[in-house]
Amino acid sequence: MNEVQHIEVNEYHDHIKSLLEEGYEMMMDLTAVDWFRKKEPRFEVVINLLSLSKNLRKTIKVQVPDENLTIPSITDIYPGANFYEREVFDMFGIVFENHPELTRILMPDDWIGHPLRKDYGSGRIPVQFKNAPSVD
Amino acid sequence: MVKNKENSEDLDFWATNSEEGGWNISSTDEGSQKMNDEESEQQIKIQTGSDVVDDYFIEEETSEDERMIVNMGPQHPSTHGVLRLQVELEGEAVRRVKPIIGYLHTGMEKTGEELTYLQGPTNTTRMDYLSPFFNELVFSLTTEKLLDIEVPARAETIRILMTELNRVSSHLVALATGGMDIGALSMMIFGFRERELVLNFFEKTTGLRMNHNYIRPGGVAADLPDNWQKDVKEILKIIPEKLKDYDEMLLDNPIWQGRLQNVGIITPEECLAYGITGPSLRASGQGWDLRKMQPYSGIEKFDFDVPVLQESDVFARWRIKVLEILESLKIVEQAMDNMPKGPYKIQDKKVTPPPRKRLDESMEALIHHFKIYTEGFKVPEGDAYVAVESPRGELGCYIVSDGSSKPFRMHVRGPSFCNYKPYRLLWPIVQ
Repeated sequence: MNEVQHIEVNEYHDHIKSLLEEGYEMMMDLTAVDWFRKKEPRFEVVINLLSLSKNLRKTIKVQVPDENLTIPSITDIYPGANFYEREVFDMFGIVFENHPELTRILMPDDWIGHPLRKDYGSGRIPVQFKNAPSVD
Repeated sequence: MVKNKENSEDLDFWATNSEEGGWNISSTDEGSQKMNDEESEQQIKIQTGSDVVDDYFIEEETSEDERMIVNMGPQHPSTHGVLRLQVELEGEAVRRVKPIIGYLHTGMEKTGEELTYLQGPTNTTRMDYLSPFFNELVFSLTTEKLLDIEVPARAETIRILMTELNRVSSHLVALATGGMDIGALSMMIFGFRERELVLNFFEKTTGLRMNHNYIRPGGVAADLPDNWQKDVKEILKIIPEKLKDYDEMLLDNPIWQGRLQNVGIITPEECLAYGITGPSLRASGQGWDLRKMQPYSGIEKFDFDVPVLQESDVFARWRIKVLEILESLKIVEQAMDNMPKGPYKIQDKKVTPPPRKRLDESMEALIHHFKIYTEGFKVPEGDAYVAVESPRGELGCYIVSDGSSKPFRMHVRGPSFCNYKPYRLLWPIVQ
């Protein structure tokens, strides 16, 4: 029921488009995994598509190139990908080309760093507030 | 010249504020007091308020600087939580809306990477305080899929019982707060009153009214309490009666209909494009329910219908929640009548902690207890995505395991995250 496909980054946009035409009407989920010091390249984007007509799911995995951390946006194919791509940009720092509005979505606009990266520790930094004096 | 005010003959002279005039010639500061004879019937109707002129609906040429940007929220009574809407207004017409979210972001995906699989439900249950059981269920199901284990039949049925009751309580809050926003304040009291029945049963079973941490990988935390059927029977008896009361109050109510019908239409195509699932999708004419199409936790054994409405407006989305409560109660009744006997946790020593009694008698049990609560159980390498039908739509959990006792990456696909995206579509006069 759930088929996994590994796609190269240069075929990614066209492949997603052909899957929409095949009958995968909905993009359910888009996220990323940080394989820091475990795999090369470091980031992997995972997309979960759903076909209502065929009752099938499909998982697409794309390796993001390490040099520029850039991958095409699929917002023009699935408008629902808009928020997910912003979330992945916010949390992992992966840039989605041709995204209409690639800004931080969950963290404040002036936040430094990408929290879900493996080299970003949790609970060890003071909370950042806008215009607040820094705490040492 | 000083006049005596007491003199009735001179009173009109003073009112005209003129030294010369008579009362019917001169005007006062407030303009002529004489009624205009030539007023048409329609003008009188407009003045008396029986005809309302909505002149702001007339499309006029306006320049950009007549538009105003207003921040609605983050704290606003109708956002039910923290949500900021940046609204561009032109007079009273909303031209553009931009939802700004993230005020409740607490980094639960990051926290999930630091907790063992047994501690995981403690974290995920807090993701949505109205349907905590679904959050625990989806995390547990994903862990069990990675572990490749099957939980006993009683645990599965308890999970269905609790989640469907949770769907009832969650939908009741949706009806209550939805009514409150429209101005039907009795609905708010009614909805929360009936939800209390369900929450009391939750408290009796799990010890808490919310954030239960009851459904865990390998089964459920505790068995159902004694005489639990009595409480469930009471819920099954009272809630359908009260739903009839709601319908009497709201279903044919002209104010309710006028405010909700043909408002906020999301077409089925928009639902598919934006990834909207759950009651909103079913109110748009798509009969998609994961409980029927991709069943989980043995829900395929239960007999229930999936209500589908075609209208796609707010009224249909309200109505479908009422109908879904009735269907969920059907499932609850069947789960109560056919509750299997047997263990409520998987009998696997590596996953289930031993009961407290055994620790005094058995060295093995002590070792297992120590290992499970310090290190946790190890989960084989791999990744899994499992989705359940939560009250708001598809709730999915994606876990990547690297073979250790903590998830390497835990991602939750929340249904409301998608449902906020098409805010642009929901306003009728949006460009």
